[in-house]
Amino acid sequence: MKSIKETVAKVLFTAAAGVSILAVALICVFLFASGVPAIAEIGPLEFLTGTVWKPGSDIYGILPMILGSIYATLGALVIGVPIGLFCAVYLSRFASPRVKRLLTPGVELLAGIPSVIYGFFGLVVLVPLIRQVFHVQGMSLLAASIILGVMILPTIITVARNSLDAVPESYYEGALALGADHERSVFRVLVPAAGSGIMAGVVLGVGRAIGETMAVVMIAGNQVQIPNSLLDGVRTLTTNIVMEMGYAADLHRDALIATAVVLFVFVLVINLVFAALNARSKK
Amino acid sequence: MSEIKQASAACVPTPSSGESEEETKIAVQNLDLFYGDFHALHGVNMDIPANQITAFIGPSGCGKSTLLRTLNRMNDLVEGCRIEGVVALDGENIYAKGTDVNHLRRRVGMVFQKPNPFPMSVYDNVAFGPRTHGIKGKEELDGIVENALRKAAIWDELKDRLKKSALGLSGGQQQRLCIARALAVEPEVLLMDEATSALDPLSTGRIEDLAVELKKDYTVVMVTHNMQQAARISDKCAFFLLGDLVEYGDTQMLFSHPVDKRTEDYITGRFG
Repeated sequence: MKSIKETVAKVLFTAAAGVSILAVALICVFLFASGVPAIAEIGPLEFLTGTVWKPGSDIYGILPMILGSIYATLGALVIGVPIGLFCAVYLSRFASPRVKRLLTPGVELLAGIPSVIYGFFGLVVLVPLIRQVFHVQGMSLLAASIILGVMILPTIITVARNSLDAVPESYYEGALALGADHERSVFRVLVPAAGSGIMAGVVLGVGRAIGETMAVVMIAGNQVQIPNSLLDGVRTLTTNIVMEMGYAADLHRDALIATAVVLFVFVLVINLVFAALNARSKK
Repeated sequence: MSEIKQASAACVPTPSSGESEEETKIAVQNLDLFYGDFHALHGVNMDIPANQITAFIGPSGCGKSTLLRTLNRMNDLVEGCRIEGVVALDGENIYAKGTDVNHLRRRVGMVFQKPNPFPMSVYDNVAFGPRTHGIKGKEELDGIVENALRKAAIWDELKDRLKKSALGLSGGQQQRLCIARALAVEPEVLLMDEATSALDPLSTGRIEDLAVELKKDYTVVMVTHNMQQAARISDKCAFFLLGDLVEYGDTQMLFSHPVDKRTEDYITGRFG
């Protein structure tokens, strides 16, 4: 016979799980209910491939923002992936226990810094630096890429390191027993063995970079344009929403929600890829 | 077996005991090994002959695996492990300062208890060692891989699956692949650390046959918890108990006329 305690606990847990699912469902419903009709009204092709964004004239093309998000994310990967990967390898297989004890909380702290502080740091240090070095305005794709690159480091490092730590020691011993040195054993056996896990970390980093708003809006310049160089200003999907949501109404407002739908689809795809990679690395 | 008392780090060609002409491949002299404060091996002396199978037997924790892992310095990985004494490979102390450990492990290959093929293709597994040692040419590698797989008696089974992942093989196949992988770097000695204990009887039989085959070209040293296995295929046998080498000699003699009471008790199954 089930005790009352058990029944209460079960109801409680089910309710908690239900609330989480409900939140996701409601967000989906809200996004698609407001966004999809807007996309239909603007025209899917015009909306996704249009290069002009003029809410005053009811012209809503978000290609510059789509490209802006993709460019900024790629830039972040160029900076974040090599540094993050090497840092993870170092922490997992090279660092002494003392260094590990010192560095691990440091990496965790990096993850805990609020994004507005990253943005602020970019604004007062990085943007002036770019201005000085390149004699441009400074708020740019480059600034956004660098800051995003640093912001995704903890994600990549933590996930990659965990998967490196999980590689069986027998692989390492097997490589050493063949006469391979430590470096070769690590980079030719352990890192490939942790490949799916490392990729999962990168994909999670992509998710973080593409969704980041606050830090980007402070340093990216936010001009609606397809950037021609790293030093041009750029507007991303997220910043497009946050810049105009305050005063938008009617179709303009719905077009911003439609922008969020596009972002949502991006993140959904990223999550699916992450789940697939995770499943593979567990095999 | 004459006991060697000196433990100098110099090159000591070990004299063997007149009656047989066997050449000593590895000479262990006054070897003490400590894990931290724990004294795991006590003054072990033994000559391991070339081109024979030498088996280490004894109950769990007796130090047989520990000794095996000192022969290619895998114990270097264990924190707090300290070694005194000499292990001479062809007369050269492998614990002398300036020993190239990677080169040593190339000469003294190892097969582990649990098959540990890398998560890559069969071909890349076997080619890993040669590539590590600088061989790049595709034709040369192809030849080495085929040769190693043939020696490990698994070429016919795997020749059409070279590009497939090694993780898809059966346990017995994986272990023979690991033997091929070890042979591909052309070692002189092959250490087998309970290499059949995770396998079914059929696979075990094949690996035993293989070990007998391999001793023509290699010196084989194996740790086994399976006394029948030691009796079946080894030429020399060493019985360990609590870190002591109790008895060492020709396998037939050791199993038919053990000198030490403890050996007799163990091989007749009174404990262990």
